[in-house]
Amino acid sequence: MIIKLENVNHVYSPNTPFEKKALDDVSLCINDGDFVGLIGHTGSGKSTLVQHLNGLLKPTSGKIIVDGRDITSKDTDLKEIRQKVGLVFQYPEHQLFEETIYKDIAFGPKNLGLKEEEVEERVKKAMGLVGLDYERFKDRSPFELSGGQKRRVAIAGVLAMKPKVLILDEPTAGLDPRGRDEILGRLELLHKEGITIILVSHSMEDIAKLVNRIVVMHKGKVAMEGETREIFKQAEKLVQLGLGIPQITSFMREYRKRGNQVKDIVLTVEEAKDEIINFLRRRGNA
Amino acid sequence: MLKDITIGQYFPGDTFIHKLDPRIKILIIMMFIVSLFFIKTFKPYLLILAFILLSVWLSKVPFKLVLKGLKPLIMIIGITFIINVLLTKGEVLFQIGPLTITKEGLSQAVFMALRLIFLITGTSLLTLTTSPIALTDGIEKLLSPFKRIGLPAHELAMMMTIALRFIPTLMEETDKIMKAQMARGADFESGNIINRARNLVPLLVPLFINAFRRADELAIAMEARCYRGGEHRTRLNELKLNHKDVLTFISMGLFFGFIIINRYIQLM
Repeated sequence: MIIKLENVNHVYSPNTPFEKKALDDVSLCINDGDFVGLIGHTGSGKSTLVQHLNGLLKPTSGKIIVDGRDITSKDTDLKEIRQKVGLVFQYPEHQLFEETIYKDIAFGPKNLGLKEEEVEERVKKAMGLVGLDYERFKDRSPFELSGGQKRRVAIAGVLAMKPKVLILDEPTAGLDPRGRDEILGRLELLHKEGITIILVSHSMEDIAKLVNRIVVMHKGKVAMEGETREIFKQAEKLVQLGLGIPQITSFMREYRKRGNQVKDIVLTVEEAKDEIINFLRRRGNA
Repeated sequence: MLKDITIGQYFPGDTFIHKLDPRIKILIIMMFIVSLFFIKTFKPYLLILAFILLSVWLSKVPFKLVLKGLKPLIMIIGITFIINVLLTKGEVLFQIGPLTITKEGLSQAVFMALRLIFLITGTSLLTLTTSPIALTDGIEKLLSPFKRIGLPAHELAMMMTIALRFIPTLMEETDKIMKAQMARGADFESGNIINRARNLVPLLVPLFINAFRRADELAIAMEARCYRGGEHRTRLNELKLNHKDVLTFISMGLFFGFIIINRYIQLM
């Protein structure tokens, strides 16, 4: 278990007319090697939650343990925690600032106080992980790239810190389908490399395709938590929370309701295709 | 830390003060400021205090919020106080080393500090009870007579509206970029002044780029809706003076007139 939250509460602007409870008694475990999907509609506390996981926000009360360390205690070195838990914000390309892509990606590792050779090696690796050619891109300005490329530079900037856990807040928002597939494909590879990933997304399709566990937030509380299939089984509850299920899952449920003997939970189009072909074959044989 | 700034903060409400025409409110505050500088003795301060307390009470703005406006200026008030205490000559009360504190100095210091406090609380009442849009509308109307001599009243008001509107947006953005860079190990809190200034680069560059991008987008969005500035532009809510506004203006005019005249003919 790499991250553990115990009864975490967070209140914004306490004791003012603008007081708002953003997290309400949240307890959660993230296991090593997990690929967790964090969903919930706007204002449900997702962003507040992820900012707690690397100490950018402090809980009003409760405990957060990252890799065996209580990060809420005063003497914790937050830099170390932020190295372990990499956080990629929404529209991360808005944080780019250096003249060259190399320098921008090297910002994090340099802040860790690494030697120049180590920094270079890490930048190379990070660029490889996000699929940017080192020699071709390193001396170019990040501001002349396409939206999807900029975003990959920003993600590389976090990966260069070599985090054990990578958190991404809506990494595909505002990208074209190709940029989106590129980013999601990279996430799958990163997960295979052994990085624990937490993905915040509004796209049920992306969540269904990638993650093995889902956490549903609602009004600052953890409303549902479990295996991807278990969660998407409860379509009615999800709709009640202002969410939904992937279109293909919805389609297959409808198809089954009309008396066709297919599985009740199908997550991807691929899976649906196989299931329907199998079903039609079975029916043809009978 | 950034959320503490309350400049131009509007406290929504539906009271007499909130509904007063913004032009009247601006003029009253101007009279308030002018008369404040005409006061030379303590007694008329009672009238000013009464004016502020009555306005706060009528506007139902929490008194705490009005006082909160003083917080960023505590240093200035403090420095004014200390300079006045130490540098005014007169009857010596006590002496510590080279520093002498005089009776006149003490009274002058209290007087000046009170003037600043009144000035700030009075003017912050204006922004607390008037929405930024009403405020700039009022300013535009008040400045419009000067259009004849070439003052771009509408453009000035529009610039103010836009600037006010983007303060919270930029604050939020600063907070977000700061956090994003902190997530990459940036440090904004420790180190000496030179290092701290250098550490601001990763914050300021993206902030400026985004501000320019936003300005550009806003300009295009305004053009797309055929915005062409002041000439022949009608408005959704015309400002109209009713008899309440006029009565308030006249009574307040008399009130501050009294305070100003009082300086020359000692009435109280």
